[in-house]
Amino acid sequence: MKNNEYVLQMKNISKEYYGNRVLKDINLSVKAGEIHAILGENGAGKSTLMNILFGMTVIHETGGYEGEIVLDNDSINIKSPVEAMDLGIGMVHQEFMLIPGYSITENIKLNREITKDNLVNKFLPDKLKTLDFKKMGTDARKALDTLGMGIDEWVKVAGMPIGYMQFIEIAREIDKKNIKLLVFDEPTAVLTESEASNLLKAMVKIKEAGIAILFITHRLDEVMEVADNVTILRDGELVATKKNNETNVMQLAELMVGRKIEKIKKSSTEKRIGETILSIENLNVMMPGEEIKGLNLEVKAGEIYGIGGLAGQGKIGIANGVMGIYPTSGEITIKGEKLKLNNPKDALNKNIAFVSEDRRGMGLLLDTSIEMNIAITAIQNKGGFIRNFVLFTQVNNKEMKSHALNMIKELDIRCRSEKQVTRRLSGGNQQKVCIARALTLEPAILFVSEPTRGIDVGAKKIVLDTLVKLNKELGMTIVMTSSELAELRSVCDKIAIISEGKVEGILSPDASDVDFGLMMAGEYKKMQSKGDDIK
Amino acid sequence: MADRKELFDNIKSFFVSNMVTIVFVILGIVGFYYSGLSLPFFVNELSIRITRNSLLVLALIIPVLAGMGLNFAIVLGAMAGQVAIIAVTHWGIIGVRGFMLAMLLSVPLAIVFGYLTGKLLNKTKGKEMITSLILGFFANGIYQLVFLILIGTLIPMDNPVMVLSSGVGLRVSLDLTGGLKYAIDHIWMMSIPWTALTMSTYTMLFVLIRFYINKAGKMTKKVKNTHLYILAVAVIVALGNIYRINMIDENSAFLWALLATISLPILYIAMKLYFDQSEKMTKKSAQKHYYFVAFALPSFLLSLYIMRTASIFNMLRVPIITVLAIAIVCVFTVYIMKTKLGQDLKTVGQDRHIATTAGIHSDKTRLTAIIISTVLASWGQLFFLQNLGTMSTYGSHEQVGMFSIAALLIGGASVSKATIGQALLGVVLFHTLFIVSPLAGRNVFGDAQLGEFFRAFVAYGVIGLSLGMHAWKKQIQSRNSLK
Repeated sequence: MKNNEYVLQMKNISKEYYGNRVLKDINLSVKAGEIHAILGENGAGKSTLMNILFGMTVIHETGGYEGEIVLDNDSINIKSPVEAMDLGIGMVHQEFMLIPGYSITENIKLNREITKDNLVNKFLPDKLKTLDFKKMGTDARKALDTLGMGIDEWVKVAGMPIGYMQFIEIAREIDKKNIKLLVFDEPTAVLTESEASNLLKAMVKIKEAGIAILFITHRLDEVMEVADNVTILRDGELVATKKNNETNVMQLAELMVGRKIEKIKKSSTEKRIGETILSIENLNVMMPGEEIKGLNLEVKAGEIYGIGGLAGQGKIGIANGVMGIYPTSGEITIKGEKLKLNNPKDALNKNIAFVSEDRRGMGLLLDTSIEMNIAITAIQNKGGFIRNFVLFTQVNNKEMKSHALNMIKELDIRCRSEKQVTRRLSGGNQQKVCIARALTLEPAILFVSEPTRGIDVGAKKIVLDTLVKLNKELGMTIVMTSSELAELRSVCDKIAIISEGKVEGILSPDASDVDFGLMMAGEYKKMQSKGDDIK
Repeated sequence: MADRKELFDNIKSFFVSNMVTIVFVILGIVGFYYSGLSLPFFVNELSIRITRNSLLVLALIIPVLAGMGLNFAIVLGAMAGQVAIIAVTHWGIIGVRGFMLAMLLSVPLAIVFGYLTGKLLNKTKGKEMITSLILGFFANGIYQLVFLILIGTLIPMDNPVMVLSSGVGLRVSLDLTGGLKYAIDHIWMMSIPWTALTMSTYTMLFVLIRFYINKAGKMTKKVKNTHLYILAVAVIVALGNIYRINMIDENSAFLWALLATISLPILYIAMKLYFDQSEKMTKKSAQKHYYFVAFALPSFLLSLYIMRTASIFNMLRVPIITVLAIAIVCVFTVYIMKTKLGQDLKTVGQDRHIATTAGIHSDKTRLTAIIISTVLASWGQLFFLQNLGTMSTYGSHEQVGMFSIAALLIGGASVSKATIGQALLGVVLFHTLFIVSPLAGRNVFGDAQLGEFFRAFVAYGVIGLSLGMHAWKKQIQSRNSLK
């Protein structure tokens, strides 16, 4: 019956949104038992392609698509996600589609619950039949076992580690009897390293069961590890399709971004490092999970000061403490003046700006326009963009708009207009809006926490470039907190490594990997005090 | 020490999470004390109000579980019921037949109203409560237009008893005496102790049978035999109830006492067996069964005792068919929540987005929830009015939403969580306050008006308070989840 070796073929797929071409002639073929990775920056068209495959309403409401989709041998036109499901196409979502109040079984069987007959409901429609929890449990158990998960199938999902939730999502998909093709949408983005490697192992298991996998991701090393073939998209166009053994990480990165990634050139020699601008003494910050216990730090004007360390050691707490977001004690001095603690307003008045690591929670007003997001802190605290009518004040929309347009151009924020709400912007563009807001305050010191978390390679580069440019051209002091050491080393003049809420040591970016490694692990001081030779 | 602290924390969290209910229990008890009412009078009054109002409150549960909040639009259901009553009264069909016809008539009306309400609520997601509240007011306007102006002009109606003397519009009140009044209530009345006895017997039976069915497969023969024995005795008790042995007779009373003494040790064995094997059950469901029996057993014994005395309680009577109707609605609600439809309702209630992604038609499911609620409310209003005996044409439905919701909230429910137990407890507490507060107000402050005022204050206050507390709790939760 099957004379076609491909499970899925997408032929010459094109899509326009309101005259704006977002996909152009995309061809994609996946065999049974193949892991096919799709690489691309945010906005490259990956999600649109998947929306077409799943027949999301947004596609049909905007005029459908061009091209042909062939599943096994049949040309199909999927009109709704339900139809896609019926055809055997499953999706493991990036955000978890799990109901916390339900047990694992109920989640796995969501909307595919097994019903049973009894005396009362024999003649009633299926909707009115009671659920057969026993059978549902057996099925769930089987799916979990396939993935090698020992967890009890009746445990509630609420409060589970994120890695487990991901596996439950997958278990749900492989429990579907007719599943042919499984789409993983950036599944490792939220996982720890060990969870991610478990997931990759599970993907190989699923593949061995003869299911085709579409693997959407940012992480190049994962692609190299599991994918058989890679398709790279850029700006809605198909750049290349490569076999795993014909390519390498550097090439993939290059194809994806379309420009060579260079180390950002440092110009520390020309830099004028000034007096101490910020000094922190005996700082304690009660930020849950990132506590600071008696930390001392000194930052000189004109520096890019990096703060690194492992998660949970407290590096994120510093900026949050200085800004007064979490309960803080100790002494913070800005240009010789004492900072009022636990008082964000005073920090802002002392010309400190903060780009939070919690972009969506703290950084943005998600349902508000880009221009308002950029201007709001300045409006509230500095009296910027305001027309004063003595008795009352009004926001100066014209000034705000021109400033926003300026920033959008400067930082290359990709958006439809300055009026677009920030919720639907990609992570990288959201981050740029956050930075734009901080810059609007024209700060003397800029705190940036995790500036590149969850954004793609191209956007990362722009964000880091911007920081370096600000530092160089305006002499702005930047305190950058990041989990990515490589990033800190490419940008910073000095890097403090935080361990157990204290500074473990301060290194120059050129210091050896060994030193960094030891400090991150909190072993550096111990080694030193023992007088052992580190090398 | 750690245990004691844990216990203390548990007690504290119990009080915090049940604050509203506890406050109203205390208010009810204090109010009863100061009202100076006799217990039998109070119980009688309360039982009337419970049977009268419970259905309307129960109608609220399903939309809450579907995540649509408190359905103020049950007012529309009530209107459907009243339209049916007006029609049936006009046609002069009386008694049970009239009532049945009214029930039938109100269904299509309620379905249409519920459908329209659901459509509107689907367009105003996240603001269902304010929408349904305002919708109630709006529908009231249309209702008035129809019955105050269109009757006698567009809708011909020749009925001098019901229509105003001008020939246009219905009279302000409609007397149901000789018509639908007590159509259902008076079919079968039983004294309060009898009702309590029957109810508690069946409750215990229910728990036992369920337990038996759940565990039957895993039991040894010996255990099975024990259970058969229990069942046999329970059946005898039940049969005894059904044939209504004359209780005044000394001998049969003795027989009953004997049965009770036999069934007690059996119950004990059953409970023990139950707890031995209940480990496999979740703690919650085991607890639920425990509460069932813990409530049923004392009331079983108490009612047996009362029946042997010449207490005035034996004279108070309960409308059994109405009680049965309430029980059926309770069972129906439980049943629905266990079906595929119920699971869909819960899923949509917990997260609409996830439900839609999983392929559940969330709009359709929400529509179904509102239609069920509206139909139940229309029947609830029928039972309410047949007991009241007079229908205030333009007023009876107005407060239905507000009072029912206040009752549900007092019972401990919230915008996102409601159970049958909370609904029934809420009815008891809310109406306790209604009965005692005017008298208590007069006795304590020398002014009945004050109690009356307090009553209205309670209804609105509790809704505001409960909504506020719900928002507050949510805020705390989101703050905790940030940490």
